[in-house]
Amino acid sequence: MFNHGVSRRSFIQLSGVAAAGIGLTACGGSGSSGNAGGSASAEGAIKIGGIGPITGAAAIYGTATKFGAQVAVDKINETEGKTVLELNWQDDEHDPEKSVNAYNTLKDWGMHVLVGTTTTAPCVAVSTETNADHVFQLTPSASSTDVIGGQADQDGNVTIPRKDNVFQMCFTDPNQGTASAKYIAEQKLGTKIAIIYNNADAYSTGIFRKFESEAKNLNLEIVSTTTFTDDSATDFTVQLNEAKSKAADLVFLPIYYTPASIILKQANQMGFAPKFFGVDGMDGILTVEGFDTKLAEGVMLLTPFVATATDENTKGFVEAYKKTANTEENPNQFAADAFDCVSAIWGAIKALNITSAMTTQEICDKLIETFASGTFTFSGLTGENMTWSATGEVTKDPKGMIIKNGVYEPMDAAK
Amino acid sequence: MLKNLNKTTRSNIITYGIVIVAFVVMQGLAMAGAISNSLVGLLVPICAYICLTISLNLVVGISGELSLGHAGFMSVGAFCGLVVAACCRGIVGSDIVRLTIAILAAGAMAAVAGVIIGLPVMRLRGDYLAIVTLAFGEIIKNLLNNLYVGKDASGLHFSMESANSLGMQGGTILINGPQGATGIDKLSTFASGFVLILVTLTVVLNLINSRTGRAIMAVRDNRIAAESVGINVTKYRLIAFVVSAALAGMAGALYAMNYSSIVPKKFDFNTSILILVFVVLGGMGNIRGGIVSAALLTVLPELLRFIGDYRMLIYAIVLILVMILSNNAAFQSRLTSLREKVRRRSDDQAALAVDSQSGGASHE
Repeated sequence: MFNHGVSRRSFIQLSGVAAAGIGLTACGGSGSSGNAGGSASAEGAIKIGGIGPITGAAAIYGTATKFGAQVAVDKINETEGKTVLELNWQDDEHDPEKSVNAYNTLKDWGMHVLVGTTTTAPCVAVSTETNADHVFQLTPSASSTDVIGGQADQDGNVTIPRKDNVFQMCFTDPNQGTASAKYIAEQKLGTKIAIIYNNADAYSTGIFRKFESEAKNLNLEIVSTTTFTDDSATDFTVQLNEAKSKAADLVFLPIYYTPASIILKQANQMGFAPKFFGVDGMDGILTVEGFDTKLAEGVMLLTPFVATATDENTKGFVEAYKKTANTEENPNQFAADAFDCVSAIWGAIKALNITSAMTTQEICDKLIETFASGTFTFSGLTGENMTWSATGEVTKDPKGMIIKNGVYEPMDAAK
Repeated sequence: MLKNLNKTTRSNIITYGIVIVAFVVMQGLAMAGAISNSLVGLLVPICAYICLTISLNLVVGISGELSLGHAGFMSVGAFCGLVVAACCRGIVGSDIVRLTIAILAAGAMAAVAGVIIGLPVMRLRGDYLAIVTLAFGEIIKNLLNNLYVGKDASGLHFSMESANSLGMQGGTILINGPQGATGIDKLSTFASGFVLILVTLTVVLNLINSRTGRAIMAVRDNRIAAESVGINVTKYRLIAFVVSAALAGMAGALYAMNYSSIVPKKFDFNTSILILVFVVLGGMGNIRGGIVSAALLTVLPELLRFIGDYRMLIYAIVLILVMILSNNAAFQSRLTSLREKVRRRSDDQAALAVDSQSGGASHE
């Protein structure tokens, strides 16, 4: 069976393979000549590459960042009266392997600056590539410390050295954990805290660890810690019963909103009504299909962006986003982060007189110097007067939000 | 010259030839900068997937068992390999030596896993192997999600609880539970991938054409008949399974060390199925077909990037077309007639050649 192809057609087979090989190379060659993105290049425009999942399980985040970035690029081009920025967004299916492939495709396109990647695990892999190639990278939402590197844990263990070309627009996971614990302690939101987190997820585990150690410092009592994985994210009765039996009055959910929506539903069914506190992954809970938004009433979350805010910038962004993405739904904070990424980069590009005639590496040098200087400030949708440090982290104030009547309201105002 | 060799040797030489020619052509083009970054970045993953396809073919095609957990062995090799490579950091200077040590260790570790799974399962009949390998893939993923490995001045630290419980001071965390391994040294190169393919090919082809390989196929074709002539069924099935596991582990190490970070989630059921798709589309038991299908199906989604989301659709259509065409009677008969035509022509030439020789060469 295995050696049926033995004899005389070997020549044909060989030539077939050779032809396939030539075909491949031809395709590859055409890719390198600049049409990999499928869009014609505008003369003199700075090429901004974007990577994020627009298919697969995490597609909602990638789609949000893609359109958020597109809105920013369109707005800047309109203001300037010509095409000064060009965006090429590539799909990575939330897979590091595909993400590196997407990055290589963007390299063939002639990318100058990378906005991405959207999700954490792929970003860790891609940021090493950009570091080796010296391409400036600003990620809207990859929040792990491994993305920027050089961050030591409590015992002083450093896993990867600092990647000096990588900066974040979002809080790091540990910072979210710390901020959440502080917020809960300061606002006296709960005394007996239960935590349900995804121990198969880098994001969720990262926040949980820091929250746990910070809670200890702040004398917050954690009465129950339960976990789930992506494979078991359909039933939470065991975890909720554990929290209920320990009389928890606040449940901390450092997880994405899809499992959170199931938790809220099941808690309601079993008559368990503590306060629920989430982080930025909770953003989007009101858009889950088939989810009764009444269940999310009173849920608190930390997020840097509220689509229902009434300032001019947010209103304009929400309107433009709905038009660009052709949707009725409000953009989430990932879209706003991506919008801010492009706007911040454009701010720096304009201030530094960067042109597309410079090499990607020269642009990278200049942008690193600016962003790492600590004096470069940017005010956008997700915060006022943001600054970056040489470590790659952003400094901005977290905003506590509470869901009231199906919309986010700033928690401080609600009090 | 080829005609004087027996059928299998000739077929094997052609298989090696295809791999070597493909390597030389691609390496030459890559060095000349004639191919895109996108394709250059795909070379090592293609090598890894080819090795995985060949090794899975040994179980699925040659041994006739359905294995749904090949990514499990791949992940054992991947994580073992990167820990070994990190341990050799500073001790072994040469990258190639370090990669070789890591790949060998990965193969050994995956073989151990193969023996552990295979020993109880190979005594069973029916579809149990598929069920157990499926479960194994999931178990190993969950184990790796809870595995923490770190290295500091006093050596390696292991934990199944958390990174904090490793009790390290000023070291590096190699495997960080669900966050996976980060800061991997990128040791894999296209050349090392090529060598690994050759090694995998040599092992598998020689195994198939040996006494052991014939016993394995005899068990596949008729278990009762094989038992009746005194073949130890469990032993031969286990040999095929463990060799396949070891080769998958080696490919896993090659794959892992092509990226700076990997997460256990990558080695899930979908990856196992992906490799199985390569095997099935290349033809079960057809090593050469598997090589071509693994290479083409890895490159295809990347080449189709310019059509955006539709590439998923095209990919699926290609899969369906291959499946339909390879089972389509009309297409098959046309292919056969074409084959016959070629065969007749070369037979004529062969006859001429034979006539011209005085003694007349012996026929196959």
